[in-house]
Amino acid sequence: MNHLDVLESESIYIFREAFSRIDKLAMLWSLGKDSNVMLWLARKAFFGHLPFPAMHIDTGNKFPEMYAFRDRYVTEWGLNFLSGTCPPVAEMDETLPPAARSAARKTAGLKTLLETHGFEGIFAGIRRDEEGTRAKERYFSPRGARGTWEIKDQPPEFWGQFNTTFPPGTHLRIHPLLHWTEIDIWRYTLRENIPTIPLYFARDGKRYRSLGDADITFPIDSTAGTIPEIIAELQTTRISERSGRAMDHEAEDAFERLRTAGYM
Amino acid sequence: MSVAEESLKVAIVGHVDHGKSTLVGRLFHDTGSLPEGKFEAIQAMCKRRGMPFEWAFLMDALQAERDQGVTIDTSQIWFRTAKRGYVIIDAPGHKEFLKNMVTGAAASDAALLLIDAEEGIKEQSRRHGYLLHLLGVRQVTVAVNKMDLVAYDRDRFATIERDYRVYLRELGVTPTHFIPISAREGDNIARPSEAMAWYQGPTVLQALDDFQVITQPDGLPLRFPVQDVYRFDERRIIAGRIETGILQVGDQLLFSPANRMGKVKSIEAWSVAAPPIQACAGESIGITLEEQIFVERGDVASHEVNPPIESDVFLARLFWLGDRDLTMGSRYTMKLNTAEVGVVVQSVDRVIDTGDLSTKGEVKVARNQVAEITLRADTMQALDAFTSSPPTGRFVLVDNYNIAGGGIISMEGYADQRNLVARQSSNIQRVEHDVTAENRESRNGHRGGVLWFTGLSGAGKSTVAVAVERRLFNLGYQTYVLDGDNVRHGLNGDLGFSPEDRAENIRRVGEVAALISRAGMLCITAFISPYRSDRDRARLAGGDGFAEIFIKADLATCERRDPKGLYKKARAGDIPDFTGISAPYEAPGAPDLVIDTATLTVEEAVERVVEYVQSRFAIYAKPVSE
Ligand SMILES: Nc1nc2c(ncn2[C@@H]2O[C@H](COP(=O)(O)OP(=O)(O)OP(=O)(O)O)[C@@H](O)[C@H]2O)c(=O)[nH]1
Ligand SMILES: [Mg+2]
Repeated sequence: MNHLDVLESESIYIFREAFSRIDKLAMLWSLGKDSNVMLWLARKAFFGHLPFPAMHIDTGNKFPEMYAFRDRYVTEWGLNFLSGTCPPVAEMDETLPPAARSAARKTAGLKTLLETHGFEGIFAGIRRDEEGTRAKERYFSPRGARGTWEIKDQPPEFWGQFNTTFPPGTHLRIHPLLHWTEIDIWRYTLRENIPTIPLYFARDGKRYRSLGDADITFPIDSTAGTIPEIIAELQTTRISERSGRAMDHEAEDAFERLRTAGYM
Repeated sequence: MSVAEESLKVAIVGHVDHGKSTLVGRLFHDTGSLPEGKFEAIQAMCKRRGMPFEWAFLMDALQAERDQGVTIDTSQIWFRTAKRGYVIIDAPGHKEFLKNMVTGAAASDAALLLIDAEEGIKEQSRRHGYLLHLLGVRQVTVAVNKMDLVAYDRDRFATIERDYRVYLRELGVTPTHFIPISAREGDNIARPSEAMAWYQGPTVLQALDDFQVITQPDGLPLRFPVQDVYRFDERRIIAGRIETGILQVGDQLLFSPANRMGKVKSIEAWSVAAPPIQACAGESIGITLEEQIFVERGDVASHEVNPPIESDVFLARLFWLGDRDLTMGSRYTMKLNTAEVGVVVQSVDRVIDTGDLSTKGEVKVARNQVAEITLRADTMQALDAFTSSPPTGRFVLVDNYNIAGGGIISMEGYADQRNLVARQSSNIQRVEHDVTAENRESRNGHRGGVLWFTGLSGAGKSTVAVAVERRLFNLGYQTYVLDGDNVRHGLNGDLGFSPEDRAENIRRVGEVAALISRAGMLCITAFISPYRSDRDRARLAGGDGFAEIFIKADLATCERRDPKGLYKKARAGDIPDFTGISAPYEAPGAPDLVIDTATLTVEEAVERVVEYVQSRFAIYAKPVSE
């Protein structure tokens, strides 16, 4: 097994554990590169099937390319697709800095979807290498009744055994990509020929490394127009992946606050 | 494009505040691995808090961690040298967060253990060393940090090195390197230290590259625990991950503990060029079988040769992370491979002090303690001893929703029950007798049955059995005593004293006793029969007429009596695996009768048994003269 095979096998194992142990599951499909790899891995785990819905929390502020991508692959892959809407920004915690406040809409949209459908487990495609609090995540992460994350008291997780039971009224976040890095994602996307939104490829000297809402996401300087070029770029860059995501940089604690309140 | 490369996971462990997170921050800085702007961001965080620059803030991402200057949860960060890629796993050192340390360290291939030069070896320095060993992390490099605080003193380093090597040696661990460092000042991190010219060994960076990538030893037998069975389409796919060994299309598989066989028809995969014909350890796969046999999650597939052990009882070395103490009789859900089963703590055998490795005969295991315990599962399990197959020889216990402890399995003193079970379940038609049980009962005046005596050597089983036989005979009963002497010579002459042979010995006695009882007689057996599983099997064979009689006397009493001098020999080490001394005796949980020979005379004991027999087996008794 090579490096990518090892990562893939681990993710498949996690998908199958969740599917076996948890009744009502759904996957967050943000349409970005990680989400698409995650969806692909689920189909590997279940032999071409996706035995739970793919959910997209629509902030209404996504790039047009993202909507086009979504519409195409929902049909092409025959997905059980759910779309969630988000409340206006005015209803969000006003003590949050502006971009974080805007991002909090997504958390609210997710909560509504969770409550409506009674999901007990949500797959989210976050990775440890993205950001400091994600670096401390578990594969199976219990969330309190309001979606809150007990960041200071997480249960232990080791030897490939996960915490798959939880008190009523709470749910699990399941993170099948936790052990992948950005470069792994691209290498795997290339190897498996996984469809990708064109915004990741450079046009006029700029490309997106990470896709969020159009109003709070910025492209980076780059000439990488193909996946091999992106991989080459990542091998030498010292710029962090989420540098173009405004909400990460407004205040030292902004992202932690978002995440403990239920953000992915 | 370069190919995805080799990578190694290294955990940073050690006592609280000994500089683990600082080391990671400094290592990143000195190798030019910090993301752009990170150094300045950390400067700003420290300034805002009015404190000097803190390297640990690279890893300590939580506000609470930065505010309190302590790592709360484990964290992972990616790093590379010219040689390969690394996942650096920073672990917390505070005792309060040991569960997080375990979470981090258990994922690693190797560990760097830090000891503060000024503070010296502390409680968690030792405990972490011990846990690494238990978690299966065998490669350790020790770094003695904060050498700047002891003026880079060579002797101080030598003292700590000497003491800690002694500790590791007792665990059977040989550290790959011992390095004097100053994480904060950058001595021997990525560059050799000028202040410690007396040290010639590798830097931390070089020591990382000296770790080996661990690969599974060749030739381990196949273990394929079933994770799930899918029927998404016309295929019935058995999914799981191969833990050890190799599986090929066409292989005949044995599923344990169900003991069913099936032949691999195909290995299924989605979006691959050609369907695989073979899969090896670490691969998450799905297979179909030629036959439609019943298989479910928790079964373990193996080949026919070298199958897993089957047992419902085993010994474990366990670390406990739960808030509530683990005590004898506590019940948990055990997760073993993909099986989930109820278990009860049969006994807490000893608690290990990780400070000096001494053991104490405690009855409870508190949070963060390590102990040896005996666990009994509700049903038969397929498992391995940790030493022969680490991935399938360990388990976790779940208490109150969360994983609360982990342990490694030892079968020392316990038998593989596979053959005992298999033989019992083979389906042979019984001959129909023309003479019925009622016919026999009305002639004998009593029902047939088995009086199964169990107890320590010297408890008085044979003495009481022989006296009971005589009394019952005089009362008109058809009765016969089976003991070691009359079965070991003939019937069981082929058996030795290994755990498996002992179990087989008892199995046969149980079957013979059952036959004698069906012949209408009362069979009295006098065997130590120390294992509950063995006695339960005898009960199953014996049926309704089975009575478990606990001939009870505490170990001290038995040892004082020592009629055959066996205890003395066992204490001297001349008899291995002697029940009560060097092998377990599992007292009956709910015996039909207890005879306490420490307080009763032989006559009184016999009287109690006879009363019991009269009340349970007599129809009418016809005394004969002696
Ligand atoms: N003088 C000196 N101080 C150091 C050195 N390394 C770390 N420190 C200081 O020791 C304190 C603790 O360092 P950390 O890196 O947070 O310790 P830790 O081992 O990660 O602690 P926990 O994760 O909470 O167990 C900090 O104030 C560091 O600045 C060193 O080499 N020399
Ligand atoms: Mg730390």
